[in-house]
Amino acid sequence: MPEARVIPLEPREGREARRATRAGAAPTVVPEPAAASTPPSDWERKLAGGLAFLRRRLTGDYVVDDFGFDADLTEHVLLPPLRPLYDTWFRVETRGLDHVPDVGGALIVANHSGTIPVDAMMASLALMDHHPAHRNLRLLGADLVFSLPITAPLARKSGNTLACTADAERLLSAGEVVGVFPEGFKGIGKPFSERYKLQRFGRGGFVSAALRTGTPIVPVSIVGAEEIYPLLGNSKTLARLLGLPYVPITPLFPLLGPLGLVPLPSKWIIEFGEPILTAHLGGAAAAEDPMLVFNLTDQVRETIQSTLYTLLMQRRSVFF
Amino acid sequence: MPPRVVLVTGVSRYLGSRLAAALAAEPSVERVIGVDTVPPRPEALPQLGRTEFVRADIRNPLIAKVIATSEVDTVVHMNVIATPLGAGGRTAMKEINVIGTMQLLAACQKAPSVRKLVVKSTTAVYGSSPRDPALFTEDVEPRALPKSGYAKDAVEVEGYVRGFGRRRPDVTLSLLRFTNFIGGYIETPLTRYFSLPVVPTVLGFDPRIQLCHEDDGIEVLRRCTLEEHPGIFNVGGTGALLLSQAARRVGRPSVPVPAPLVNVVARVFRQAGLVDFSPEQMRYLEHGRMADVSRLAEELGWSPRTTAEAFEDFVDARASFRLFPTEAVRDVERRVLSLLTRSEEAVRA
Repeated sequence: MPEARVIPLEPREGREARRATRAGAAPTVVPEPAAASTPPSDWERKLAGGLAFLRRRLTGDYVVDDFGFDADLTEHVLLPPLRPLYDTWFRVETRGLDHVPDVGGALIVANHSGTIPVDAMMASLALMDHHPAHRNLRLLGADLVFSLPITAPLARKSGNTLACTADAERLLSAGEVVGVFPEGFKGIGKPFSERYKLQRFGRGGFVSAALRTGTPIVPVSIVGAEEIYPLLGNSKTLARLLGLPYVPITPLFPLLGPLGLVPLPSKWIIEFGEPILTAHLGGAAAAEDPMLVFNLTDQVRETIQSTLYTLLMQRRSVFF
Repeated sequence: MPPRVVLVTGVSRYLGSRLAAALAAEPSVERVIGVDTVPPRPEALPQLGRTEFVRADIRNPLIAKVIATSEVDTVVHMNVIATPLGAGGRTAMKEINVIGTMQLLAACQKAPSVRKLVVKSTTAVYGSSPRDPALFTEDVEPRALPKSGYAKDAVEVEGYVRGFGRRRPDVTLSLLRFTNFIGGYIETPLTRYFSLPVVPTVLGFDPRIQLCHEDDGIEVLRRCTLEEHPGIFNVGGTGALLLSQAARRVGRPSVPVPAPLVNVVARVFRQAGLVDFSPEQMRYLEHGRMADVSRLAEELGWSPRTTAEAFEDFVDARASFRLFPTEAVRDVERRVLSLLTRSEEAVRA
């Protein structure tokens, strides 16, 4: 049998030219020991960083905290693909980031919407990239998140944990910024016709966690997330069958299949409101006072709702 | 007051004999009596020193006679068995664990000389579920009680121990909930699991694991036997390792198995005698478990080594089987860099 001949797919001149330009991009054309003095160029530094990252992953040489937060993976793998979504697709505008402290615990309470928790990811990115102290947002998620394969380890590795008082208090007393969406599935899975109407705020567990640890509550209003996947209908039968809280029907999904998963490019505003201080209220004793807890919950809810209306008035259109 | 006569159950097993050896080396302890159904392994004999061995089954009332005649004042109960293979089947295991504990506690209750009871339990009593808090404290109510196997036995044993504590309030009771043991020598389902050529995991899950170094476990048991530390304590290293991360640290590739097939694969491994993982441990491979160990550190004023350090010791002791040694990976990294870049500085950084 004759041997297979290797046929170059590109004319030699083309390849030669490309190689030449690549060589030109390198800092200096001195392969001698003198090269030791040349500082590494940008892409060389990136390459070294990438290889070091691969080496760390391959040998397990990284640290996860008690909650399973893998800072190395989050920084290098999980967050980067979200950045174009944040910067160019949703053009997120943040306001009042200085209301989140540079050090110490804070409880971020935000409205929840958008069918898929994209708002949670964008809020994390806002604090990571645009806050002067580059803080990690530790979100509290529903137990469904932690029982599903793939989402469970992803949620833990990106710094989230189960929404329960024990975890919230542990994170807050460790001085972390904790994020919570008290509306839960009622908020994220509400029909499009009810957009920007806050749902019931759980049982106020987040307020007692903040009271017990004496951390400030930062009410956050997110505008824009409601329009990314307008929820027109909910296939209740299918949801019950799959054990999910809802199965969304949006204008594009499931009509266009996977293409329907592309979010609409709405313009986002995330406003971090004036913090509500809790340190002076009396700590654990205050958390045992249901009236105080209810009042604070209402105060947070009202603040977010009124800020949402203000932001909606200022918004010129959904997409600009 | 230091104990005079200590009785250690389960002395023929690895941790039991090590504790007996540690206590025998303690001059303040007058007698160390080891109890088990089989004699200690010959290689453990030299270090056991002056430990006296009584071949008895704790399921048998004979144990009461031993306690009474030797005027035992401290009982260390380490005979709760984790694997059915070692006990001769699940039925025998359950009997040893539950009926054995009941008999032992009954004997202790009748013996006025007994002043202290130390029980080795496990954090498996917390179960493992997606609705668990990130860290279990000693007084947390578990969301999903274990329904089978070792963990269920441990829950029942703890129940009887609590009952004993109510009936004999004069006895100092230390209930120690250990996380999984690891170290250079100990053999557990987990060490065998990490010694497999490829580590099977559950597809789509990556649990946090927490480990206790064998030496630290012995130290905690020793201190609780010699000193007064009443209460329930989680015992283990601080910090977590992810299962995938641990597999990478021993240099083992992990193979994800889809959840519906996990039980089949587990049965194959069990029957092949490779790893004795019971169904409730499969849930651990999905959701993992972490316990808050700060209470113990406060009580003893001393902390066991961290999970990562304990695991490092295990990896070092079995260095021969690391598939991707850190140095080799570093070397490859350096070579690739010097091949692709011209700047020496990038390579060095």
